[in-house]
Amino acid sequence: MNARRQPLIMVAPAAALLCGVALLPVLAAIWISLHRSILVFQERRFLGLSNYQFLLGDERFWSALATTAWFTAVAVAAELILGLWVALLLQRGGGIFRAAILLPWAIPTAVSARLWAWLFNADYGLLHRLVPGIDWLGSPRAALHAAILVDVWKTTPFVALILLAGLQAIPEEVVKAARVDGARPFRLFLSITLPLLRPAILLALLFRTLDAFRVFDAIYVLTEGGPANSTETLSIYAFKTLMRSGDFGYGSALSVATFACVLVLGLGFLRVLGTRR
Amino acid sequence: MKRAPVLLFFLGPLLWQLLTSLWPEAELTRPLPRSLTLANYAGLGGSFARAALNSLLVAAGTTALCLAAGAYAAFAIARLQFRGRSLLLGASLAISMFPPIATVSPLYLLLRAAGLRDSLAGLVLPYSTFALPLTLWLLTSYFRELPDDLFRAARVDGCTPWQAFVHVFLPLATPALATTAILVFIFSWNELLYALAFVSTPAKRTIPVAIALFAGEHLEPWGQIAAASVTATLPLALLTFLFQRRIVRGLTAGAVRE
Repeated sequence: MNARRQPLIMVAPAAALLCGVALLPVLAAIWISLHRSILVFQERRFLGLSNYQFLLGDERFWSALATTAWFTAVAVAAELILGLWVALLLQRGGGIFRAAILLPWAIPTAVSARLWAWLFNADYGLLHRLVPGIDWLGSPRAALHAAILVDVWKTTPFVALILLAGLQAIPEEVVKAARVDGARPFRLFLSITLPLLRPAILLALLFRTLDAFRVFDAIYVLTEGGPANSTETLSIYAFKTLMRSGDFGYGSALSVATFACVLVLGLGFLRVLGTRR
Repeated sequence: MKRAPVLLFFLGPLLWQLLTSLWPEAELTRPLPRSLTLANYAGLGGSFARAALNSLLVAAGTTALCLAAGAYAAFAIARLQFRGRSLLLGASLAISMFPPIATVSPLYLLLRAAGLRDSLAGLVLPYSTFALPLTLWLLTSYFRELPDDLFRAARVDGCTPWQAFVHVFLPLATPALATTAILVFIFSWNELLYALAFVSTPAKRTIPVAIALFAGEHLEPWGQIAAASVTATLPLALLTFLFQRRIVRGLTAGAVRE
């Protein structure tokens, strides 16, 4: 092997795989979204942008976008606050404690959704028995927040670990110096810990926001988007349009719209992260 | 004592699920069971064992593919000079952030055209969209941590970059390869969306699909669902307890230095 060519040969399989399963499919999805394409009829007709024209007037799309945005904002905020608390507790060590916290993160989301669905059960669920009066999965207002609770339960451990890594990177001398200067614990937390933790917080925020925005598993298993579409997120709406209705043209337009939202969010975060450095 | 509410929140639901799985079906209407039973586990049957085997095959296949394609690519990105290496790492990070729904329709048509739709092998390829970027990221940051002198010494001794990788770096990277394998395995074992979209035959369902679509003849069989959940959780609980250090290090790799 020629030594100058070797690096290119070594990255070629991985690069080809990433192109084949991710980059080209995204472009193909854009192409499909410009067509009327119904799977069972083998029908394919070029439409131009009319799927997107329909999308702009589609109330169900705007409702799914609002649901996704609310889910993301509330879930990520709760995960950061709770995650910070757990990270501070984890800082004092304890391998068993850490492994126990890690469990909800490690199990399949489908399993955690089923597990919570039983807790939420309107007849015999534990939560229903402890706090009667809330129809967790049956009422449009409660159901989305039930899904948020499942997401918080499942992903707070991840946030806590990222923040813990950030906490452990804070030099001990800084904390000691502040203590010597007479800083009280709360003051220490606000003036030293939080500002130094900022990069880790931003990183957790980036990962979790982009991840929460594509939420599918938990909601699909808990409610399939119901009741009355009140928990239907963009991924759920696009999935139903593609796989249940077989409408690949409009379904792809919805997928591309979801992708565009994530892209905008991601680029926004990169700008914030970039200017901080 | 401050940890008690946190532990209750994170472990309580899991323990309740464990209790439910041992709860006799006829007594589910009571606040607590009067006796415990293994009937729910016995009732799971062969289809669930089949799903566990399917998940194992897909997760192992994805892990093998990603390590095979990713290990030397990560080494090249970390250690060799060539045009486009930061572009490659950046693109792979961006790809890991793609919402999977964005690629469902073209991948469906692609897999169907290749005759791989509704097959376990057909799941391995889409799974590499999230697994390969993770592999590249973890292994690249590991190869970068190894001392520069190591590579220079190997080159001075007459190794080509490829030989330096095979004889020097790969043996050293065993712990990083293990960490990567564990994380890729967990993510693949847990994946739902692609498995739901691309596989339709019940006998080819993976565990998350089997759990998501678990249906009884009449009412929802909560006891059996709980038994299935506990069974699906056990291998992961075992992995978590055995390898928690590795998992934590892998998940937070790069989080501090970035």
